[in-house]
Amino acid sequence: MKGSEALLKALEREGVEVIFGHPGGAIMPTYDALYDSKIRHILVRHEQGGIHAATAYARASGRVGVVMATSGPGALNLVTGLADAFMDSTPVVAITGNVPRALIGTDAFQEADVTGVTMPITKHNYLVQEVNDIPRVVREAFHIASTGRPGPVLIDIPKDVQLAEFTGTFDVELDLPGYKPTTKGHPKQIERALDALEKAERPILMVGGGAQHAHGELLAFAERTGIPVITTLMGLGAFPGNHPLWLGMPGMHGTVAANRAIHHADVILAIGLRFDDRVTGKVSRFAPHAHTIIHVDIDPAEIGKVVRTHVPIVGDAKLVLRELLKGAKPLKLAAWWRELEEWRTRYPLRWKPRPHLQSQEVIRAFHEATGGQAIVTTGVGQHQMFAAQFFPVSRPRSFITSGGLGTMGVGLPFAIGAKVARPEELVIDFDGDGSFQMTLQELATLVKYKLDVKVVILNNGYLGMVRQWQDLFHAKRYSEVYLADSNPDFARLAEAYGIKGVKVERKEDLMKGVEAVLSADGPVVAEFKVYHEEGVFPMIPAGGAAEDMILEHPAEREEVEA
Amino acid sequence: MRHVISVLVQDHPRVLNRITGLFARRGFNLESLAVGTTHVPGLSRISLVVSGDDHTLEQVEKQLNRLIEVLKVTDHSEPHVERELALVKVHVAGVEERLAVKDIQEAFRARVVDVAQKSLILELTGDSKKVDSFIEALRPYGILEVMRTGAVAMSRGERTLKVREKREAV
Repeated sequence: MKGSEALLKALEREGVEVIFGHPGGAIMPTYDALYDSKIRHILVRHEQGGIHAATAYARASGRVGVVMATSGPGALNLVTGLADAFMDSTPVVAITGNVPRALIGTDAFQEADVTGVTMPITKHNYLVQEVNDIPRVVREAFHIASTGRPGPVLIDIPKDVQLAEFTGTFDVELDLPGYKPTTKGHPKQIERALDALEKAERPILMVGGGAQHAHGELLAFAERTGIPVITTLMGLGAFPGNHPLWLGMPGMHGTVAANRAIHHADVILAIGLRFDDRVTGKVSRFAPHAHTIIHVDIDPAEIGKVVRTHVPIVGDAKLVLRELLKGAKPLKLAAWWRELEEWRTRYPLRWKPRPHLQSQEVIRAFHEATGGQAIVTTGVGQHQMFAAQFFPVSRPRSFITSGGLGTMGVGLPFAIGAKVARPEELVIDFDGDGSFQMTLQELATLVKYKLDVKVVILNNGYLGMVRQWQDLFHAKRYSEVYLADSNPDFARLAEAYGIKGVKVERKEDLMKGVEAVLSADGPVVAEFKVYHEEGVFPMIPAGGAAEDMILEHPAEREEVEA
Repeated sequence: MRHVISVLVQDHPRVLNRITGLFARRGFNLESLAVGTTHVPGLSRISLVVSGDDHTLEQVEKQLNRLIEVLKVTDHSEPHVERELALVKVHVAGVEERLAVKDIQEAFRARVVDVAQKSLILELTGDSKKVDSFIEALRPYGILEVMRTGAVAMSRGERTLKVREKREAV
C-alpha cells in the first residue's frame, strides 16, 4: 500500500464521506488513490471554493469538512478559507500535497512553505515527513479539529511520502499530552452563575456560534428561566428566531431591543461567543450596568480577553447548559419583560419603503414563501446583514455566513457545501453583486453535481457596505465602489453555465420572481435589481456604543436614547 | 512589569516558530527567549521574558496554552532562580586597562575565556541585572561585542514544571 492509499484509508476510518478539492502535480498520487476509493470527491473550480464548501459542510452537518489541494498555489488558495474557518471555529481538515522531501526548501516548482504560511490561521498543522506517520497524523488532525474549540487543521504531505510504501499500522492511540480541552464546567462556578441569575432583575442570555450544537439545552434553559435571548450573527438559529423569548441580534446592525437589553442588563450569561468588536462596540461602554458577566466558553483564552468576566466557566456549551438546567428556576422578570416588550414593539426591524425594489423586502418575501424553512448562506456586505435581519432562521446550523473574517465570496461555495451536507434541504444563497463575483466560477460545480441551490443576487450595482460607510463617514466620496457599469447580466451568465436565470427589476414583479426561484427544478441564479442607495439600519458606528445607535440615515435621523 | 515564563513543549519541528509567531501576531512583547532540551526525551523547556500588565500576561499564558504542543506554562512570580549567560569581548589597549578589566572581572566573578593582544572575552553568569551592571562597568573600556543568552529560570524548592502523564516529571 502506498502512502496515498494509507491516507485515504485513514480518512475513511474517520468516517469521511466527501472531500472537496482540486487536483494538481503534488497531490496527484492521492487523487490516483481516490479513483478507487469510496469517498466522494467534489471537484471545485478554485481551491478557495473548496475550502469554503468544506467549511459550510462542517457548519451544516456538525461533522468535519475535508478539502484537498496541491502544493504551492493550490495550498495558498486555501489561505483565506482557512482563516475564515479559524475565525469562526469551524472543524475542517485541509490536505495539501507538497514537493518531494528532497526539494523542500529549494524554491522548487510550485513550492511554498505552507505549514509556515498557515500557522497563524490553523488550530494546528502538520508536515508529514514519514509515510508511516500518516494514520497518526490523520487521527490527531480530526481529533484536534473537532474537539475543544473547533478549528481548521492542515496536513501537508510531500509527494514522495504519498508514493512511499506504507508498512505501519492504523491502530494508533492518541498521544497529545499538551491537548486536553476542558468540557465540563466547574461546579462552583456553575453554582455562582445560577446564584447571580436568581438574584438578577434584568438578566440576558447572549449566545454565539459555540452554542449551535446546544440548541435543545438552550431552549430548555431559556424557557425554564424566562430569560430573554440574544443571538449573535454566528449564533443565529441556535435559538429559534420565531420564539417569543428571542430579542434578535446584538451589535452594529442588531435590533434596538437586543442592544438596549445589553445596555440595561444587570447579569449577562454569555455562551459560546467571543465578544467580537462588532458586538461590543466600544468595550469601555459595553453593558455598563452589568455587575455580573458570566462567560461560558470552551476556550479559556476567550474568557476575559475582551470584556471583564466575573464568573468564568470553561466548558462545552451543551454540558454546561445541562448543569445549569439542573438548578434553573423560573425567574420573576415581569417588569424587565415589560420594558423589553416596549422596545421590541416600538422599534421593530423595518425599512423605509421606496418606489424601487428593496433588498429587505426580497429577503422577507423569501422568508414568507418558505416559512423560514431553508438553509441560508450569504456573502459579505449589506445583503448579509439584511439576510440576518429579515430571514430569522428557527433551526440550528441553518444560517451559514462568514462572521469573524467577513470573507466576501463565501456565499456560493457555502451553499454548495451546505447542499452536499444536507441535500434534502432548500438552500438559498443571498448574495451581493460584489460578493458573488469573487467566486462565481463555482457555478460550474453546481452544474457538474446538479446541486439544487438557489442563488439570489441582490444587485445594487455597488459595493454597498463600503458605499454606506463612505456615505456616512467619508462625505459621500464614493471611491471605487461603483460596479453597475461593468456588472454582467447575471441571468444570462447563469444561462451560459446551463443554469436557469431569473431577473427581477420592478417592485411589482417581486412575488413572480420569488415563485420562479422556488418552483424551479434545479439550481437558479436570480438577480433582483434593488435600490442602489439603501443603507443597513439600525447601525452603531464602529467604536460606538448602544447609546450611539442610529435608526435611519442621518438625513432623516431618529436617534434612540439607550 | 517584567515576567519570566517557563514553557514545557514537545520537541517538534517548528514549535519555536509557533511560539514566536504567536507573540508577533498578538502584539505581545517578547524580550528574550532561551530554549534547551530537558532530561525527558522529546520535551524541551523554553524560558521567555515578557513585559506587560496583568491582562497581557494572562493572555500570554492562555494563548501559549492553546498551542497543541505546549504541555505546561508557568509564570515565575514565586521565588525562583534566574540566570543569564553573557560573553563580552572588551577592548584592552594596554596593561593599565587590562588590570582594570581584571578588577571588574573579579568583582563580578566573571571568567576570562579568551585572551588576545588587544581584547579579552569574559564570561559571566548571573541574573539579568547583574549582567547589565557588568556590561555597564566594562563599557568605558570599549566593548567590542556582547552576546547574551536571555534569562532562564527555575522555581526554588519543591515546585517543578511537572507533567502528570505517561512521560514523567521534568
